[in-house]
Amino acid sequence: MPYPEELKKLIKIVEGTRAERVARKKAGEEVPFLSLEQRKERLKHHPDFQEEGRRPLKVGASKGYAIAHEFADLLEARSRIDPNKVDLSRWDLETDVLVIGGGGAGSSAALLAQEHGAKVLLATKLRHGDANTMMAEGGIQAATKGDKDSPYYHYLDVMGGGHFTNVPELVERLVTDAPDVIRWLKALGCNFTQIEDGRLATLHGGGTSRKRMHYAADITGAEIMRTLRDEVRNRRADITVLEFSPAVELLLNEHGACAGAVLYNLETETYQLCKAKAVVMATGGSGRLHVRGFMTTNHYGATGDGVILGYRAGVPVSFLHTVQYHPTGVAFQEQAEGILITEKFRGAGANLVNVDGQQFVNEREPRDIEAASIILECTEKRKGVPTPSGKTGVWLDSPMIDMLEGEGTVKREFPGKHILFKRFEIDIAKEPMLIYPTLHYQNGGLEFKASGETKIPGFFVAGEVGGGIHGANRLMGNSLLDIVVFGRVAGASAGSFVKSKPRDGKLSLEHVSRYHAELEAAGVGMDRVAPMVLPDYTPADVKKKQWTAHYEGTLR
Amino acid sequence: MSQAPESLTAKLIPIYIMGKRYEVPETLTIMKAIEHAGYKFIRGCGCRGGICGACGTVYRRPGDYRIHVGLACQTVVEPEMVLTQIPFYPANRASYDYATMEAVGAAVGALYPELFRCVACNACTKVCPMDVEVMDYIAAVKRGDLAEAMRLSFDCIQCGLCASRCMGELPQYHIAQLVRRLYGGKLAPATDHVDAMVKKIADGYYQQKIDELKKMSVDELKKLYTAREQEPHQAPELWKAKSAEGL
Repeated sequence: MPYPEELKKLIKIVEGTRAERVARKKAGEEVPFLSLEQRKERLKHHPDFQEEGRRPLKVGASKGYAIAHEFADLLEARSRIDPNKVDLSRWDLETDVLVIGGGGAGSSAALLAQEHGAKVLLATKLRHGDANTMMAEGGIQAATKGDKDSPYYHYLDVMGGGHFTNVPELVERLVTDAPDVIRWLKALGCNFTQIEDGRLATLHGGGTSRKRMHYAADITGAEIMRTLRDEVRNRRADITVLEFSPAVELLLNEHGACAGAVLYNLETETYQLCKAKAVVMATGGSGRLHVRGFMTTNHYGATGDGVILGYRAGVPVSFLHTVQYHPTGVAFQEQAEGILITEKFRGAGANLVNVDGQQFVNEREPRDIEAASIILECTEKRKGVPTPSGKTGVWLDSPMIDMLEGEGTVKREFPGKHILFKRFEIDIAKEPMLIYPTLHYQNGGLEFKASGETKIPGFFVAGEVGGGIHGANRLMGNSLLDIVVFGRVAGASAGSFVKSKPRDGKLSLEHVSRYHAELEAAGVGMDRVAPMVLPDYTPADVKKKQWTAHYEGTLR
Repeated sequence: MSQAPESLTAKLIPIYIMGKRYEVPETLTIMKAIEHAGYKFIRGCGCRGGICGACGTVYRRPGDYRIHVGLACQTVVEPEMVLTQIPFYPANRASYDYATMEAVGAAVGALYPELFRCVACNACTKVCPMDVEVMDYIAAVKRGDLAEAMRLSFDCIQCGLCASRCMGELPQYHIAQLVRRLYGGKLAPATDHVDAMVKKIADGYYQQKIDELKKMSVDELKKLYTAREQEPHQAPELWKAKSAEGL
């Protein structure tokens, strides 16, 4: 439905200040960036900094580390399988490299592992390509323009965005591999938006000092994902894709190396053992845990499974106490609630304004600062815009973009969102959008090195499931970059590891039994099951009537 | 902020999921309505944000002969709608060697000879939930105009509904994917600036600077970070930084 009358009245206020704001933008006058001290103060309004939302882990390699209850609940939970009842003397599938996860990181890893001579099996929970990669809109950072940018500035921006907590070796890898990732994707046929002379178009994102955000209209992630997926499909002689088959446990061998995984066929409810010489974990993030009850931009399968599996096998987690709230999720229409409105809108010039039509933050601050500023505006400052469903939000003034860049820009540069709102009879080239922060990204995850290795031989990590690259906060455009950089790295490392002829040995689930014993000793979690695999959206009243249904966690 | 609180207050309307009647809150999307009815998705649900192509849905309205389509995650329910999801539809995909394949229409036609079975009935375009001009991009491929086919097919989410309706039995979305890749990697202008940067990095041009940054204390880094020069929002493409530091 279009904006109701009461919101239309409030939009008038935004329109009243728009011309002046556009003039300021044209003159290069910006709301000043916060100093590092002011940032610290502002972040107190960020959900990450509210202690009641988290608790220390009672078991595992990172015992004592406090993370969100929703995540702790899953780490402190038993396996879906009883390790004592699995016959480990035979297996159903065998491969050189098992890639778990069919998003951008997993697909990149599969391609590189194959190029290193490995036979690859890619197992994924839903369809190949059902991943947050597909949903990333804004772009991919890379310092490709040597006349004004370099990995040096990219490095500084990444560190500043992460509040200088990032792991330097991972950041180095990220920024120095970035231009080659753009080259590789382009060479595979990715259609990045170009300007007349053939140079790739680049924009600013929050926290960038140079315009280095490459994009493919407003479906950058989809363009990257479908290109990678298509190439994986071309190599089916060497890469087998197994859909609707999430991994629910890792297999180790008697020498302590990673040796495959237990896969679960969601449709037939059968389990399969897959033996592998190396495993790449690329399961992505966890927005569907709905930390602190927030809505999310993430896809249906984003339940953090890989972190659970790796942690049980003994890999510590880091930076998992920080969760990224994307500053701009749809707050109205309700049926589109939580859907991501790319930061590119702000990069292209749209202001964030409050109920009085006033700016309250520079729109190119890092994401956590933006999110905290919006929450502050809507809570303590009481300058939020009330939505018909009783929530609050602030305006993202998209019509400014056409005024700055010429009529038709919004429709051309943001076709996806233009269509989405057109369905609600809202033209975002003429009317602003109402937004509120939404769960977007798992900043932390399994600890790993710049080579993709972890502390377990033969176990590699790539993408959102890993922690450390982005420190306590990720900048826009560094996630699509991260998954391809570290997907390629992990795939190549796994391929090389296979070539090094790792020692074969008896399969083992001993790590799961040990973990169960630890849970029992700590008196937690044996009544819960993990990984979650899929979130639970069945209404309580329906469940009550499912008299004979048995739920194992969220799965029936 | 949590899921579906509207189910408590909104008016209920009847919809028919695969012909069976359920009462659901009128504000829900088809996807949330199916969940509200008690289904748990394994297929037919992916990104829940209108881009992955998992939840293509066809429906009819009472007294209306036409087929309507929408993505379940994006389309709001209507009273009396009769719907089914089409989460999968078989469509053959031709494998090819991307590196050696020539970016010309004839090469696409050789992989997909059924291209020429298109009878221009436009059923594909009518059924596309993304308003892609499917028939037009197929026509462009037949003419060998891969640039135009790339442009016209760009918003395709590969849900497969076009293939489900095609009289000529074409797998349109696979053809479009092939064409977009041929354009992006082989016909689009070269990006020399990227290659130059890749070479500079491979030659170790920035290594010393990066090594210095890696060793720096947080305080030193903060100073550099705060002082770093910002490319203005409205700066022209060929903007030059005042300082050559780090470049």
